Amino acid sequence: MDYSQFLCMTEELSLLSVIVILFLADLFVCGKEERGLACAADGTCAVSGCGCHFRTVFPVLLMLVHTVINLVPWCSACAAPAEAFGGMYQHTAMMTIMKSVLNVGVIVVFLMAAKWLNAPENRIKMGEFHTITLFTVLGMYFMISSGHFIMFFIGLELASIPMTALIAYDKKRMESAEAGAKFILLALFSSGLLLYGISLIYGACGTLYFDAIGRTIQPNLLSILGLVLFISGMGFKISLVPFHLWTADTYEGAPTVVTGFLSVISKGSAAFVLFTVLVKVFGSEAFMGAWSEGFFWIIIASITIANLFAIRQKNLKRFMAFSAISQAGYLVLGIMGGTSQGMTALVFYLLVYMAANLGAFAVLHVVEQNSGKIGMDDYDGLYQTNPKLAFLMTLCLFSLAGIPPFAGFFSKFFVFMAAFKAGFHLLVFIALVNTVISLYYYLMIVKAMYIKPNDNPIATFKSDCGTRAALAICTAGVILLGLVSCVYNYIDSFAYGL
Amino acid sequence: MEYTLLILLLPFLSFLFLGICGKWLSHKTAGTVGTCVLAVVAVLSYVTAYEYFTAPRLADGTFATLMPINFTWLPFFNGSLHFDLGIMLDPISVMMLIVISTVSLMVHIYSFGYMHGERGFQRYYAFLSLFTMSMLGLVVATNIFQMYMFWELVGVSSYLLIGFYYTTPAAIAASKKAFIVTRFADMFFLIGILIYGYFAGTFNFGHIEGGSLVAVGDFSTVLGIDAEAAKYIPVALGLMFIGGAGKSAMFPLHIWLPDAMEGPTPVSALIHAATMVVAGVFLIARMMPLLIGFGAIGGLDVLSIVVWVGVFTAFYAAAVACAQSDIKRVLAFSTISQIAFMMVALGVCTELTTGHHNPGSLGYMASMFHLFTHAMFKALLFLGAGCIIHAVHSNEMSAMGGLRKYMPITHVTFLIACLAIAGIPPFSGFFSKDEILTACFAYSPFVGWFMTAIAAMTAFYMFRLYYGIFWGTENKKLHAEHTPHEAPLPMTLPLIFLAVVTCVAGFIPFGHFVSADGQAYDIHLDWNVAGTSIVIAVSAILLATYIYIGERQPVADAIQEKFKSLHRWAFKRFYMDEVYQFVTHRIIFAYISRPIAWFDRHVVDGFFDFLAWGTNALGFRIRGLQSGSVQKYGYVFFIGILILLGILCLAVF
Repeated sequence: MDYSQFLCMTEELSLLSVIVILFLADLFVCGKEERGLACAADGTCAVSGCGCHFRTVFPVLLMLVHTVINLVPWCSACAAPAEAFGGMYQHTAMMTIMKSVLNVGVIVVFLMAAKWLNAPENRIKMGEFHTITLFTVLGMYFMISSGHFIMFFIGLELASIPMTALIAYDKKRMESAEAGAKFILLALFSSGLLLYGISLIYGACGTLYFDAIGRTIQPNLLSILGLVLFISGMGFKISLVPFHLWTADTYEGAPTVVTGFLSVISKGSAAFVLFTVLVKVFGSEAFMGAWSEGFFWIIIASITIANLFAIRQKNLKRFMAFSAISQAGYLVLGIMGGTSQGMTALVFYLLVYMAANLGAFAVLHVVEQNSGKIGMDDYDGLYQTNPKLAFLMTLCLFSLAGIPPFAGFFSKFFVFMAAFKAGFHLLVFIALVNTVISLYYYLMIVKAMYIKPNDNPIATFKSDCGTRAALAICTAGVILLGLVSCVYNYIDSFAYGL
Repeated sequence: MEYTLLILLLPFLSFLFLGICGKWLSHKTAGTVGTCVLAVVAVLSYVTAYEYFTAPRLADGTFATLMPINFTWLPFFNGSLHFDLGIMLDPISVMMLIVISTVSLMVHIYSFGYMHGERGFQRYYAFLSLFTMSMLGLVVATNIFQMYMFWELVGVSSYLLIGFYYTTPAAIAASKKAFIVTRFADMFFLIGILIYGYFAGTFNFGHIEGGSLVAVGDFSTVLGIDAEAAKYIPVALGLMFIGGAGKSAMFPLHIWLPDAMEGPTPVSALIHAATMVVAGVFLIARMMPLLIGFGAIGGLDVLSIVVWVGVFTAFYAAAVACAQSDIKRVLAFSTISQIAFMMVALGVCTELTTGHHNPGSLGYMASMFHLFTHAMFKALLFLGAGCIIHAVHSNEMSAMGGLRKYMPITHVTFLIACLAIAGIPPFSGFFSKDEILTACFAYSPFVGWFMTAIAAMTAFYMFRLYYGIFWGTENKKLHAEHTPHEAPLPMTLPLIFLAVVTCVAGFIPFGHFVSADGQAYDIHLDWNVAGTSIVIAVSAILLATYIYIGERQPVADAIQEKFKSLHRWAFKRFYMDEVYQFVTHRIIFAYISRPIAWFDRHVVDGFFDFLAWGTNALGFRIRGLQSGSVQKYGYVFFIGILILLGILCLAVF
């Protein structure tokens, strides 16, 4: 075996080394009082006294280094498409971009989580949070880079089983445990079906390599059922209707930081993989007609039903769950037609969605940490007491709703344009109508924060510097991503499709 | 001459500074900053003018048209059509620089006294700076689009200044009226610009070749206008004239100007007498080569429209001015009438090429000359009126009378301005008005005689005003309570300066600087015309003296009694405002706006209300889907797969 093939997998290897370093650091530093080390590692933060510790800053720094190393094209060979292990593992520049997008999201989540992890009840398991999170990311990496259904399935499982542990992180809290249980049950259910689908495809083609299947597969009942099961498995990860029912309960029960992670990073990687696999494996004329028809209805159902539910939610985490389902519908719009423009639109949408949604979750998280409140009524009059937070929340919500000049407008625009060019005019129209509805419920929060009077609003508090950094990154993304057109063009230059 | 950029930049910076930091500045500092900046701008303008007019003329005897700065701002159609920004210096723009900066400086100084202690003093100076910047930018524009931008800025600053006393309902209404009426006209202007740009392929006024704007004859080849497109150029020019008519308060778009007098009086002097309202005249002068070359194709002669609109407006405004009792309103209508004189002078200009002793091209120079002299004496009249209002705290003539003993300086300067506007030599107005009348006679004897008659009316109503303020029936009761006093020095100083200018401006060899073909032209008086107009003006003044000088005015009362209805019509400005009120409220609002509003409120809103209601109701219906039970979720999951399978199978087979 040629071990030099491992060199193709620089991203996975460097992430793995990050995990190992963190694991070892957790093993040896944990238990001792690390305050002395914290001052040495990050003097400024320790001085300002907002609770940034070596153990929370260190993973962020490592991830930062990891992201930069992988994003910078060290040699021309790195950027070129490559494959290893007989095509099991594949690598393109677009995948690097996608992985970097995930990395940025993880960094933001780590920043958000800093203070929460440092709380006495969580400190003992702080290291677990980081390593488990990164293991799920590693799974996503494999999923993204897979060229074989088994590889893909292993990645998927690696991404979802540790996720359960994350969801049930607050294991002493009933809701968290319940959410974890619901998630693992349904994840297993969907994995089982997905595996069944893969075996059907194997039965139809006699191979599990994406390229080979793409060449040989014929539309018959066997392969169609395989495709449907594959779609349903991915639909579960992306939380598309009708495979979405776990979403609200899990989002509500999981710790807010994990919910943020779940709603953006887990979902985003799955959407990207869905795109690449559909294009590569099911890209033939007949299949494309079939899955386009299927996604046509899935998207309409996702956007519409999620909107209808979102309107009635009183708990903001549940609310964000339905918002996430609806956003997933828009995200999948980029898949329609399978064009390279669609891929760009999808990745760009994901990037923008990540900034806006993590920003909103950062606000939810910091408010929950400081006041324990998460209901929409609790947000009445937030502007009076915490004007900056209310303002940032408004920016993020505007971006989610797609109001210009925020990035959300541009990302929606590109997704619509891609779908429109691919010929799905009616779908785009329905999605547009739903944008109006979504605007209504996003503005309900804005209305609560700014207009509704409240005798007993959330008290003024000072947010920790980790959350502030996360909010700064998200706000910059929300404002700049749309206006700085080179981001879109950069992604576009690497995109590919049918 | 790149330093001309400072002429625009300095007032703008002053606007920003005063606008942003104003509330931390004392009144005195804010006023001093604004005034000093304007003084620098004025000096720069004079230096520019000196340098420009002392530079050697070109071979054909004209002054070079300079563009010290000109850059492409927004290119369209791969750069074949572009918006430029820059500074263009030619005789009329340099002349306008002098007019604007001088009057503006005077107003800045004057406002020190007039606005003393007013709330929002800093804001006032900030707006004055903004206005000055916009107006200067308008006149030095290198192309029609840049002109339009500054044109709108001028409109905005005028709006802000008219509504300066924003707690007074009348001021708010007046500012809105001014803005809406001029915006309405500007809409046509913009359409005209777009048509022009589309068909001519450029937004430039002409083409610079060898240092001067090209002659009219080869304009078409330079612009590349084909026969089809040439049909639209007159339409574009006509639409631009509507814009100019709006800003210059030509009938029937004049209704905003009298109301604009609600603003502070120095503002009226600056904007609504000397500078902004002549922007329309300036626009026509700017477009003159085009108007003469292309204005008369296809049965539409824009210039003759200009003439007839001007003639009618001049008469109408003069007639109304005879019956007004508010001194600022009298001055407002006299302004309208005088601007109409300039418009007529431009309209009667039929050719630009052969300048020497050619009556056909005299109007251009005459119009610009009158613009120059009028700006000075009308500013003087308004500032004088400001002193009077300052002294008696009223605009009404009934509160005045006999003020000559209380306010000697104001009295003398006001008299000089009245003589100038009436056309009495040796004051400046005589010379410029004489040129206009000569040009009118050359165009058509009817227009000539008609304009002469209006000049007589001008002399009459101005002296009616003069006697009404300084002689006539004194309101002793009011003056006993509050004795009128002469204005403070910052207010009288500009009066004196402008009066001096008014006395000497007529002797400026204006034709050497500005003339139709650009070559030096000696103004010579046509004594037939001049004699007639002097005789007529003097008799009108005498008539006014006879009627209005006395303590009691039986003749005036008798006339008023005898022509009661005519007087009432003139006093009510021939009910033009009521006509507008009727058209807008009774016709447009009632039959167009209201049905649209109803449609919007009931049909459009109703549709969306229904949508919201439906969404909510549906959301309530399907809430059972989210039951919380995992078994049920798995069930739905499975059903979903089956449905999806059905859909895909249908799509494939």
